[in-house]
Amino acid sequence: MTGKVVTITSGKGGVGKTTSVANIAVALALLGKKVTCIDGDIGLRNLDVVLGLENRIVYDLVDVIEGRCRLRQAMIRDKRLPELYLIPAAQTRDKSAVSPTDMIQLCEELRSEVDWILIDSPAGIERGFKNSIAAADKVLVMTNPEISAVRDADRVIGILESEEKGPASLIINRINPVLVKRGDMLSVEDVLDLLAIDLIGKIPEDDNVLVASNRGQPLVLDSKSKTGMAFGNIARRLLGEKIPFLDLETETLWSKLLGRKR
Amino acid sequence: MRLFGFKKSASSAKERLQLVLIHDRTDLNTSQLESLKDDLIATISRHVAIDPSGVLISIARDGRSQRLIADIPLSTALRHRR
Repeated sequence: MTGKVVTITSGKGGVGKTTSVANIAVALALLGKKVTCIDGDIGLRNLDVVLGLENRIVYDLVDVIEGRCRLRQAMIRDKRLPELYLIPAAQTRDKSAVSPTDMIQLCEELRSEVDWILIDSPAGIERGFKNSIAAADKVLVMTNPEISAVRDADRVIGILESEEKGPASLIINRINPVLVKRGDMLSVEDVLDLLAIDLIGKIPEDDNVLVASNRGQPLVLDSKSKTGMAFGNIARRLLGEKIPFLDLETETLWSKLLGRKR
Repeated sequence: MRLFGFKKSASSAKERLQLVLIHDRTDLNTSQLESLKDDLIATISRHVAIDPSGVLISIARDGRSQRLIADIPLSTALRHRR
């Protein structure tokens, strides 16, 4: 087995990286793949709660790297799915506990164990980001249709190019079709025109993402969720399938029929 | 509600981003661009007579790469127009 390493990063914080990693990982596992996700945000552990695995943590990423446990011991298995694992971030304050070389070595070991390794990068362009992209075969840059998030995404795309980690693919999250239609939100086309990279996913703004996080149950587990489907489609595109993008505009029609302005 | 003129806010965002991204990507700010322009005028003037007031320097986007575009009118062309 030679697993592929995919890192999700964004520059700006709060655009939905952790939610995406959780959903794409679950989606890949639902498609029968063996998946490990790694929380790369040392000191600010979060992927565990979004996946609902926070109560099962014994060892973390730093424990593996510093040799306090074996790799297998730090891989928490998600009981809802046969082959989904999480390696949680350490809550230590020492961010220098992990180096890019450590991540490359760790991923090298994981590649022989699983099909997909998804890394949740911290925001910013510092050490944690450098660690998260060090082993990546593919980087997904996440943004919102919002001026500062797009600017930061561009910065990160530029860094990825200069580190020869490109070409990155783009996920645009929190699209509000009503605002786009009204001319008060950048459209998918606007963002693609500005950033000039390939699109791999467009995700609508959806209150259910919050509900799913509250419960620790990623939305892809709900087969009726359109947002869940949008995440699932990213997983299938990673597998090489040609999946057309969802038409988010029908959401607008619904809102109109229901007479709501949300 | 449009508080700042009649332009839709998404178009303002896009236009502002286009400018900001050019500067972010090239690390060239407006004053550096001005000094580049002055140097260009000085250098070219040593070889051929140009109209310094008509020189236009701009950066165009082409996908993820940037292109520096200099439009430099020669003085002879200026004489013809008069």
